[in-house]
Amino acid sequence: MLETFNFRVIFEYLPLFWSCFLATLWLSAAGLLGALLVGTLACGLRISRFKLLAWAAGVYIESIRSTPLLVQLFFFYFGLPSIGIRMSEATTGILALTLNSGAYMAEIVRAGIQSISHGQVEAAVSSGLNYLQRMRHIILPQAIGVTLPPLLGQAIVLVKDSALLSLISLPELTRAGQIMTSERFMPAEGFLTSALFYLLIYYILKGLTHWSQKRLIYMQT
Amino acid sequence: MWGFYIEQLIHSLPFFLKGLWMTIAVSGLSLLAGTAIGFIWGILRASRSRFVKPLIGAWVDIVRGTPFLVQVFIIFFLLPEFGIQLEAFPAAVIALTNLAACFICEIVAAGIQAVPSGQKEAATSTGLNGLQQLRYVILPQSMRIILPPLVGQFVLLIKDSSVVSAIGVMDVTRVGWLTVQRVPQGLLVFGLVAVLYFVICYPLIRVSNSLEKRMSAGVTQNKM
Repeated sequence: MLETFNFRVIFEYLPLFWSCFLATLWLSAAGLLGALLVGTLACGLRISRFKLLAWAAGVYIESIRSTPLLVQLFFFYFGLPSIGIRMSEATTGILALTLNSGAYMAEIVRAGIQSISHGQVEAAVSSGLNYLQRMRHIILPQAIGVTLPPLLGQAIVLVKDSALLSLISLPELTRAGQIMTSERFMPAEGFLTSALFYLLIYYILKGLTHWSQKRLIYMQT
Repeated sequence: MWGFYIEQLIHSLPFFLKGLWMTIAVSGLSLLAGTAIGFIWGILRASRSRFVKPLIGAWVDIVRGTPFLVQVFIIFFLLPEFGIQLEAFPAAVIALTNLAACFICEIVAAGIQAVPSGQKEAATSTGLNGLQQLRYVILPQSMRIILPPLVGQFVLLIKDSSVVSAIGVMDVTRVGWLTVQRVPQGLLVFGLVAVLYFVICYPLIRVSNSLEKRMSAGVTQNKM
């Protein structure tokens, strides 16, 4: 029962949880950064004029969205070594997170670009701005405003998705709970502590989302 | 070499189909129960109740803020400490039902709140009581907003059901994991698993997309 909830053991394991907390943070951050690159690329290809490239990007997006992340993770983890590609668990994990989130990110980037009305671009062209200047001064400032809230939402999803990396024995927050369970058989203490750390990240990101939404409305008026 | 492995995979195909059946059973049961609970919570969350509303909100936040894997572990390992011994299957269904209810609750609440308040006032002045208002005025209109994301959410939940393989539920992901120990061709084995998920999820995604188009067409028509 819970009256035997052992705080002393939690304190004992706190350094482990802290380092695993940092691991979760950097794994998700790396995944987010990679997803942003992959997503922008996929979105660019999807709306390009080259039919073949557009089709390939479409296949990538659809097949990622129709299969679970866990299956994708195992696909890389068990599959890449079988064709002679060896990489560390961390690299495999980040690769899976990047490719998975990239497909969702492509949609977010597309919505951001489409949110800018064509008149804006035409006005920029007619006032003599070149492509880079248009991007820098007209399109990106507006697109970032629109994209930031869903981007933060995707960050929340990524942090939670990174829990699956514990299943390929990467030392992150969920793994810390598993380690505590297997060493001391204290699943309650272990997984509730993990959950607490995740909630900490969640509430911070959620607060940021609200803040960015407010700012966005402010910018529009 | 590949031919040999493909042959082995074909031999274990019945095993995969059994796993697929388990995936369908877990997610089907959870989606049914989760949708029912989600609608009730969503209606309460959109109501003016001062006690239930923040309670559901806090619970939804906790569930949305933690990874599903951690929730599954907590339900599987924690409930026995309260004297509730659960097999992997019911634990998985409980965890996924709870997750489904929380996400669907948000969708339903948003759908109800999107119905203009004039509708509710008109219904009140026509003399309909609370339940009748919900049944005849609010819900039919909010279904238009609820349905497309609801189907999209179903897809996410079916995909999330793969996580319950971690506590030993024999779903299709678990079958893949067991097979890959025997047939060391990860690309083939998990390629097959991915195809099985794709067969279920892709049609649903298409349904969600076409619903979105149809429903939004209806909304613009109404405005004219």
